[in-house]
Formats: sequence, structure tokens, C-alpha cells
Amino acid sequence: MSTPDPSQTQNSAEAVREAQPKPAKARPGQRVNHASAAREFLQSPIHAQSHDERVWAMRQRRDAAAETIPEWEELRDLASQIKTHALTHLDEYLEQFADNAAANGVHVHWAGDAADHNRIVHEIFADHGVKKVIKSKSMLMEECGFRHYMEGVGIDIVETDLGERIQQLDAEDPSHVVVPAVHKMRSDVSQVFAKTLGSDPDNDDAHYLTEQQRQATRPLILDADAGMTGANFAVAETGGFVVCTNEGNADLSANVPNLHVASIGIEKIVPKLSDLGVFIRLLSRSALGSPITQYTSHFRAPKPGGEMHIVLVDNGRSKRLADERFWSSLKCIRCGACMNTCPVFRRSGGLSYGATYTGPLGLILDPSIDAYRYSNLPFASTLNGSCTNVCPVKINIHEQIFEWRQVLAEDDMIPWTKKSTLAAAGRTLASPRAYRAAIKSAHSALKHLPDWALYNKLNAWGQVRDLPDVPAEGSFHDWYRQHRLNKEDPTAGDRE
Amino acid sequence: MRIGLFVPCFIDAFYPQVGIATLELLERFGCDVDYPFDQTCCGQPMVNSGCHAEAAATEQLFVDNFADYDVIVAPSGSCVHQIRDNLTAVEQTAAVKHVRENTFELVEYLHDVLKVEAFPWAKFPHRVGYHDSCNTLRNLGHGKPSELRGPDFSKPRALLHKVEGIELVSPSRPDECCGFGGTFSVTEPEVSGRMGRDKIADHGRAGAEYIVSADTSCLMHQQGCAKRIGAPIQFKHIAEVLNGSAA
Ligand code: SF4
Repeated sequence: MSTPDPSQTQNSAEAVREAQPKPAKARPGQRVNHASAAREFLQSPIHAQSHDERVWAMRQRRDAAAETIPEWEELRDLASQIKTHALTHLDEYLEQFADNAAANGVHVHWAGDAADHNRIVHEIFADHGVKKVIKSKSMLMEECGFRHYMEGVGIDIVETDLGERIQQLDAEDPSHVVVPAVHKMRSDVSQVFAKTLGSDPDNDDAHYLTEQQRQATRPLILDADAGMTGANFAVAETGGFVVCTNEGNADLSANVPNLHVASIGIEKIVPKLSDLGVFIRLLSRSALGSPITQYTSHFRAPKPGGEMHIVLVDNGRSKRLADERFWSSLKCIRCGACMNTCPVFRRSGGLSYGATYTGPLGLILDPSIDAYRYSNLPFASTLNGSCTNVCPVKINIHEQIFEWRQVLAEDDMIPWTKKSTLAAAGRTLASPRAYRAAIKSAHSALKHLPDWALYNKLNAWGQVRDLPDVPAEGSFHDWYRQHRLNKEDPTAGDRE
Repeated sequence: MRIGLFVPCFIDAFYPQVGIATLELLERFGCDVDYPFDQTCCGQPMVNSGCHAEAAATEQLFVDNFADYDVIVAPSGSCVHQIRDNLTAVEQTAAVKHVRENTFELVEYLHDVLKVEAFPWAKFPHRVGYHDSCNTLRNLGHGKPSELRGPDFSKPRALLHKVEGIELVSPSRPDECCGFGGTFSVTEPEVSGRMGRDKIADHGRAGAEYIVSADTSCLMHQQGCAKRIGAPIQFKHIAEVLNGSAA
């Protein structure tokens, strides 16, 4: 999938003056601090509001599109069942897929991890003397750090998806799986293009910008030695795969050069061609609210005189598949609906997650990639559950976020002060007497919310909100004793 | 049929009127309600942060306090969700199972069990925006969330419609989270505050004078945000409105 028309991005005179918020990336070995990156994002009010509104608009279009399908909820059920079946028989279907692809004349490779993937593709390129590569959008290649790897070995990679190209030119990660530059305003794009493509910095007309990019990229496409794509679905019974885009750029990447390399995560397998009837109906409706992507491209064999390679990548997937609590995250079809509905994502921007996968999906995937680095992310959620309800393959996203908190707490991946404060809260709340004493002291000097009620180091509650009033009648407990129990005895009912 | 009334810690400490309204309301319908005196909390503050082991003793105390009642009722969706779905740090004995299976949130109890037809004592001549807390809506099934297709229903609105004079208004994002989220409110104060202000503003644009909800913690957060920016909107728990609280 890809970025919708940049004319949908907003612009205004003020936006030109407000620079795009760019949170610092966590250094290797450091924890991503989502809360502080989110604070920075919110300090750019024009970007923050525009982001919330634009991403919410995608959620609304998704609702409207789903409304046109009476059997929408059954479709979600079916999609979930097909994915569950495929994942629980993954070994068989992978072999079937690989055999069929090989029979179609495709070279099939198996990559255990990101490093394997990058090395295998590098070898293919070295064999063919490839120096210049065009690629369409692939989250898997982002996950593998593929572009950086290729830069290191002197191979030029050009993104052909518009949003991804903007992000590449700005040396920034994608902020959303479907719309990688959705956090940018038109004025930001005009600045990036002015610096990198030499366009007019004061012209942020969407058509002008698109045309500039097109003129700059076309020659690179025509000149490329190899093309790369990802895949949205890999069909076991045919050995073919499907790429969904709105710009047709996957077709350029696949068809212009003679060498096509497709990187496919092993979880992309569906058993039958007819299964696509379920997933294609759900994918773009869930993502952008359109009935189908502009291009649904099926690839099965190399073009005459050409060569096609498929790299099947595990990179932690089979390990996740063995995990009872989190395996179903592999059902994901990367539609981005969970991001669009997430009130935290909309108000913090994708870059605040400091990870390949952002939003609710990121919260459940990233810690499985690096638990310490991403240990804050499962806490960047209100557990509101909206993500679970929009997910077209019915992943219990918010329950997995909740599970991750437990895993991280048990593995001592949450700050020690937090854990010890909560342990103390647990002791207070397990003792009626300590609890009553704590309420009394809170009532006598309420300067911040007590830790037993809410872990509240540094009075974070009071940063943005006022405290509740101390009730004149005392606690409910006091009231009950006075009005319903022995009115004379001030200790009536209390356990010694 | 003995009902054990659970008054969660936030309500006990800061919103006793919500506990009182709940008690009185149940008594108006002839319920035999008792308030076990040694109750504290359901364990949610710890569990919400992933600290299940730290919640075990609190959960055990909760079960000890309530195991002898036929039914437990609480005016708090998030606590009922904790008890029903996440009270797992203690061994799942028969008593624990009994408590978990027989705990009801107040709206559910009035709507599904007592099947209340009328609140003749209640008048609330105001424009009210009802706040579906995420726990009541998506975890307890108070209504149809906007993400799902299917017939529309809302148990709390069905009850509020029976109150004389009330006018329900709807914000443009009807069930967007208000940003409380338990620990989230303090681990991500900026995003939480922004969500709270956005929520209040959306209700304000819809013309609400009051925001009414079945979750006190969401109300405490929204009220705190409103006070901080001087927004004139007011807040009431649904128990107070149904019990005939004047404005
Ligand atoms: S988790 Fe579900 S909603 Fe989110 S991107 Fe994946 S398929 Fe879409």
C-alpha cells in the first residue's frame, strides 16, 4: 500500500513557520522514551492537530467502507480463521509455496534473520553486478535495516512509493505502515524536496511537488539494474504472490529491470488463491476506506528473459509462533487500521515509537524484537480496545498489550522505582487498617494523588490536571459508619 | 439474595456521593445491600502496570470480603473488568470463581438483572453528554462500539432516557477514549491531558452541560483537566443521576 495523494495533506501559512517535530532517536542500548517524544510532538500544535485529524479521517473512511459490507464482521471472522489455519500449518504451506514457486521458475531463498536476508540479497546483486535498485514499500525490509545495509556496500536503493521516498530523502523512518509520511505537512515536504531535489522551497502545491518527485525519480527507475518488492500475500497453492499499492510503483519495480527480488515474511502465506477474496476485500477498506487498492498485482513467474527471486524471511517469526500469548500477532496484514483508530498514536505521531512498527501493532511486535529497548511501548496505551475492534484479522491487540506489561514487569524491564512503589501500594491495599490510615492522611494533606491510588512519582497527575476535592463528608466508609452503623462508636465495624 | 456493595478506592476516598447514590438506588429497588467493612481495592492499580504478583494480597482480601455474598455490585466499570477478567494473581479457588462470576457493574445490574423500567424520583433537566468509558463499552459490553457493525444499543443511555427532563447530546467522536487509562495518565501525562481536553471540548461543542459516566476514574481525570483550563462543564456519575441527584 502507499501514501494517498499528497493534496490530502494540509497546509497553511502557519505551518510553514512551524518546523516538523523530530524526536531524537534512542541510542543503541537505550530505552525508547515514548512519553517525552510525544510531548515534543504535542508542542508543535499545528502538526499535532493536523495529524490527529488526518489519521482520524482514515478511521472514519474505514467505518464508512465497512458499513457498505453487510457481512463485514463475518469477513473478519473468516480472515482470522484462514490466518489461524495457515499459521498453525505454516511448515506445510511454506514448503508447498516454495515448491510451486520453484516449479514456476523462481529462485527461492530462506533467510533465518535480518542479516541473512541482507546477505542473500547482496549476493544476488553481486552475481548480477547490480549497483542501482528500485524498490516498492516493504515493512519487512525496514525491519531488516535493508537500505542502510545496502548503503554500506555501495548499492543505491531508490524508494518508489511517494511517502516512502519522502522519508528516504529526509533520512527519517516511516511513521505509519500505510502512509509513511502522514506526520508531515505539505510545507515540510516542500522543504525536503527543495534540499534534495532542488525544487522551489516556497511552492508547496501538491501537484507541483508530486511532479518534481516524478521527474526526479523516473530516470532512476528506467536506469535501475534490479527491482525489489515485498508482498502482501503469498499463495501456497500457486507459488505466486500479491502486492497491493495505490501508485503502481510495485509494478515498475518488478517489471522495468530484468531482475526482481521479493522479500516475503513467512507469515504472509495464505493457502489458496480464493482466500484472497476475503483479504483483498478487507485490506484497503480497513486501511484507507477505499474498496480496493488502485493496483493489486499478482506475480508468479519471471518475465521472459528475466529472473525472479523470493527471499522467505523468518527473523523471529517462528519463535513468536511458538509463544502461546503472542503468536496471533502474526495474523497481521499491515493495514494500519489499529494506528488510525489509536488515540495515543494520533496524538503522539509514529516517530515517537522509535521503531519500525508503530502504534498498537508496534506495541505488541517491537518488544519481541528488543524487550529492553521497547519496554516503554506497551505502557503507551490506555488499553481502550478500539484497535482490537478495527483489526480485520481480529488480533486481540489490547489484551496482548496488557500481557506484555506483565511479561516486562516479571522480567524486571520496568523501572525499579515504579515496581517498588506498586509493591508498597499492594501492601497498603492488602491491609484494611493501612488503607484507612492512608485515606485519612490523603484527606488531611492532599498535595498530590497518593501512590496507592495511582503510581504518581513526581506528581505527573498534577502536571496537566487538578486534583479532586477532599469530600466534606469524609470517605464513603466514614459516611457509612455514621449513617448506617453505630453512630456513637467511631470504630464500629473496623477490624482490629 | 444478598448484595455486597463494592465501593472502589477512588470513590471511597474522593467521591463518596457516588457510593451513597449506588447504595440508595439499589435499596430503592428493594435490594438487600451490605457494605463489607474491610474492603479496600480490587488490585487494579498494580495489575494495570503489569505487577500481578504485587496485587495478589489485595486480590485475596477482596475475595475474602465478598465471597459470602450472592452478588457483588460496584459503580465502576474498570474495577468490574479487573475482577471479572483479570483477577488472576491468586489461586482460582471456588470462592475466587464465585466472586469473579457474580460481580456486576451497576448499569449492567440495573439494566440486565433488575430490568428497571422507571426512575420516578429522578429529574435531570440538562443537556448531558454520556461518556462511554472504554472498559464499560468494549470490555463489559455496555453498548455497540463505533468500530463494530451491527445493531446499535446502549444500556446506560437506555437507563438515562428514563430520567425526566434529560437531553442526551453526542460528541463527534462518540466513543473516543478520554485518556485516563489508569497508569497511563501519569506515565504519559501530556498525551493523556491532551486527550482529556479534546474529549471535554468535543462534548462542549455538542452542547453538553454535564458529562455523565459509569466510571469515576475517567470523570476524575476529565474533571481535573476541565478545572485546570477553566472549562465550565460539570461531571456526574450515572448513579447520582439515576438516584435523583439534583444538579
Ligand atoms: S494489527 Fe490488525 S489492525 Fe493493526 S495493522 Fe495489523 S491487521 Fe491491521
